Amino acid sequence: MTTVVSVEDVWKLYGKVEVVKGVSFNVDEGTTTVIFGPSGAGKSTLLRCINMLHPPDRGTVFLRGIDLMKTGSKMSYYRSKFGMVFQHFNLFSHLTVLDNVMIGLRVVKRIPEDEARAIAMKAIEKVRMKDWCKQYPSQLSGGQKQRVGIARALAMDPEVILFDEPTSALDPELIGEVLQTMLDLAKEKKTMICVTHEMGFAKAVASEMIFMDEGVVVESGSPEHFFTNPTSERTKRFLSRLTELYGRHEKSDTAVDEK
Amino acid sequence: MIDYLGDLLEGLLVTFQLSFTALAIGAILGLAASLARIYGKRPLSYVANGYIELIRGTPLTVQLFIIYFGLPPLGLLFSPTFSAIVALGLNSGAYQAEYFRGAIESIGSGQMEAALSVGMSRFQAIVRIILPQTFRLALPSWSNEAAYLPKYSSVAFLVTVPELLARSKLVIAQNLKPLEVYTVVGLIYLVTIASISKILDMLYERYKFTVE
Amino acid sequence: MSSLFDLLFSHFVFIVEGLPIALSLTAYGLSLGFLVGLPLAILRVYGGTVARLFVSTYERVMRSVPPLVLIFLFYFGIPMTMLEIPGFLAVMLALGLCSSGYQSQIFRGALESVGRGQMDAARSLGMSRLQAMRLVIVPQALRFALPSWANELATMIKDTSLAFVVGVAELMRRADYVRAATFDPVMPYLVVAGIYFAVVFPITRLAGTWEQKKKRLVTGA
Repeated sequence: MTTVVSVEDVWKLYGKVEVVKGVSFNVDEGTTTVIFGPSGAGKSTLLRCINMLHPPDRGTVFLRGIDLMKTGSKMSYYRSKFGMVFQHFNLFSHLTVLDNVMIGLRVVKRIPEDEARAIAMKAIEKVRMKDWCKQYPSQLSGGQKQRVGIARALAMDPEVILFDEPTSALDPELIGEVLQTMLDLAKEKKTMICVTHEMGFAKAVASEMIFMDEGVVVESGSPEHFFTNPTSERTKRFLSRLTELYGRHEKSDTAVDEK
Repeated sequence: MIDYLGDLLEGLLVTFQLSFTALAIGAILGLAASLARIYGKRPLSYVANGYIELIRGTPLTVQLFIIYFGLPPLGLLFSPTFSAIVALGLNSGAYQAEYFRGAIESIGSGQMEAALSVGMSRFQAIVRIILPQTFRLALPSWSNEAAYLPKYSSVAFLVTVPELLARSKLVIAQNLKPLEVYTVVGLIYLVTIASISKILDMLYERYKFTVE
Repeated sequence: MSSLFDLLFSHFVFIVEGLPIALSLTAYGLSLGFLVGLPLAILRVYGGTVARLFVSTYERVMRSVPPLVLIFLFYFGIPMTMLEIPGFLAVMLALGLCSSGYQSQIFRGALESVGRGQMDAARSLGMSRLQAMRLVIVPQALRFALPSWANELATMIKDTSLAFVVGVAELMRRADYVRAATFDPVMPYLVVAGIYFAVVFPITRLAGTWEQKKKRLVTGA
């Protein structure tokens, strides 16, 4: 299996505070990696280091062997090789759904209008939002907005898709439609790195799970490892708390397919 | 160095006179108008509404001239300063009414409902529940109006009131240095407004805690 | 009798002919305010401490100085440096700079309400900061700024009533002529008031509706 992303000893500070402390891991092609842990553990920050939105202070990230810290002025080009889906959607409110998905194709990849529209429509159909393509974000529900966010990332044909707690800001009954979309992507062997609490999702498709706390990787391994016999005490404590809170929302492969 | 500063400051005194009086008149009018607009019965609320929209929809300059030229034919012969104060007061009142309205609306109708259901009359509810909160909420925008009134009062120069701008014209007529004098005048306005703002901010900080 | 009516009518027409001048003053002044105010707002939100200090001081100054003082400063003060400044230009510069202080504030608030996430989303697609500003941040900020900006438009129209002090033949000056001609001190100004109201009132009404729409937009997104 080829390694697509290699995170090497990444450190990130905000002022004097160390938020990410020496994190390293590899992501293989076609796999889903789930990063989880308590809030403030540095997971979102780590994600933003990976796509160089906020480059790390120390260490680096390799994308298919290319050292991203050494890309200089081409960094934004390589950034487009990552797709990112945000907790708060971050859709462009002044653009329609179609334009939201098309803008990256037109402006960054410089694809001509007709071709871009075709690619965008494919992505929009994939997330089942075709009927809403002329609507504006303010007219959509949370789950719909997030699906558009996924389409926007997908349309760019990224090597890896980064998910930053994509369902955390959603009402419970809307989580299902987004998770279903993510499950479909995982089944199609898209390379994904997901920061999430959705353990059912992790159990279903993750090939690697990473538990982070206070900026460091505490433990990593397969889902079976975590759910049957985690090693560290911290991991055990966190997992038991999680299942208490989220027990009712465990949606393994019985995710609700909503329209 | 600047020997005419004394003359200018005499003008500033008149500016203060205008501003302070207009602010007071405006506060009373503004409060009355906003209460009438929100709680008043049909004819009264329309009148209040009309007053506010007419004043805010026309320039202060025009209002000033209408009052300055309009009062004498009615037999009301007053000094230019008086006319200016009336015009500024009426004008400020309409804008203050909007600030009070914003404050009252942000209090929400729930408070009035609660007061009425306890048994208070509308009048009691307004006086005891709505007004105290209104003053506190309207304070920032009201302070804004208070600080900037000196700037608005400069139009009084157009009807021969001897305020700051008028004085500066006299000074320039003598020393023929418009660039210098107008710059100084601008600075005087700047300092005056900044000082009033600062003082009101400090007062707000101090009394913020005593009200809640 | 009909000749009296004709006379009154011709006076009225004379006054109304000042409206295009007032409106063109408004357009120029507002544009100047926009061209100065928007960059300043961007500078203040995205610039360093020095930039922020400079812009906030500038805003302060432009909002505190009475427009009349600026008008006189430009009309009487600048010619001392050998540059001729016609009345129209002096008023346009004065009102434009005053407005730039207010517009800077308006756009600053609008830019700040766009939010960090939008910049993140744009850059994660591969856009440069400049592209993100141009295509994502500023377009949204302009939409957010619309209600306040409409109010600024209304204010500017009213402020042009000061132009007559330097001889610009807009509404107030013409009313003055009519007053001198008819010895009627009030009616000309009432007419002027009516004209201003007819122009300003719809704008403020529109601004109010936009404000309501905006509230729903912000809470929805």
